[in-house]
Amino acid sequence: MEEEKKKGKYMSIIIPTYNERLNIALIIYLVFKHLPSDVDFEVIVVDDGSPDGTQDIVKQLQQVYGEDRILLRARPKKLGLGTAYIHGLKHASGNFVVIMDADLSHHPKYLPNFIKKQMETGASIVTGTRYVKGGGVHGWNLMRKLTSRGANVLAHTLLWPGVSDLTGSFRLYQKSVLEDIISSCVSKGYVFQMEMIVRASRKGYHIEEVPITFVDRVYGSSKLGGSEIVEYLKGLVYLLLTT
Amino acid sequence: MKHIVKIMSFLVLMSAVWVGLLQASIVPQSYTWLLPLYSIVSLGCYGLLMVGVGLMQFPTCPQESLLLQKDIIEAKEFLKQRGVDVGSD
Repeated sequence: MEEEKKKGKYMSIIIPTYNERLNIALIIYLVFKHLPSDVDFEVIVVDDGSPDGTQDIVKQLQQVYGEDRILLRARPKKLGLGTAYIHGLKHASGNFVVIMDADLSHHPKYLPNFIKKQMETGASIVTGTRYVKGGGVHGWNLMRKLTSRGANVLAHTLLWPGVSDLTGSFRLYQKSVLEDIISSCVSKGYVFQMEMIVRASRKGYHIEEVPITFVDRVYGSSKLGGSEIVEYLKGLVYLLLTT
Repeated sequence: MKHIVKIMSFLVLMSAVWVGLLQASIVPQSYTWLLPLYSIVSLGCYGLLMVGVGLMQFPTCPQESLLLQKDIIEAKEFLKQRGVDVGSD
């Protein structure tokens, strides 16, 4: 008789949250709606002690979808995105790890495209790009688009990154690859996302892209101010010198 | 090799070519002196052109916002029926 070995799952989806009480429910519904039933996956919610009761909602969702499909791995307070991924990784049993935002700017309907691309190409990383045909952005005014495009051209001129969307954070990684890169990244915020993909590119990992659409924050607003621009430029220089 | 090393090597090579041109006087010296300036200005113009082109071709997806609204309604219906609190926050 063969012994039943406990197999790891195919895919773990890590979603860091802070005050996403409504969005986390919506996004988990959409994840379960769009992933075919033959994909063995789990969702890992890394909540940083949200005061709005996000964790209670996650517990309710666990009753609906199963505690083996939704893992709540909370932290006591806001500790940053990079460490949230590391924390989620520790509890991930999938061979592949998807990272995505909870605020509905990343739509789970693209998850099958990520999986398909990875299977077709054997890529180590599949990253979503908003800037190619088939992708796109909604909710950005002209100034925002200009800033984004300018930032992109500057980053491409300086870094030659090999991907069209550097600051995007909707990505599928092979678990071992994510563990490898994340240990060498030290930046914060979206510069962290840039650092991850640039380091992966430098290390020679096979990276593929799929077009995604990005609808800017439905609930709440995201602003791009002077300090973000300064942070971005500092991040670029840092990446220029250290990668 | 680190990326910055690649860039520095390229700049050093270009500088060597420039000095070589100055000394060899194949091209009139007054022109050669300004060559780096011309290069930087050209690079700047190219960058601006890329920004402009990219801005014009910036992919947008207004229909996605509507689809998302539909998804949200559908999600709220489903979850409310199963006891998840989806009241507005």
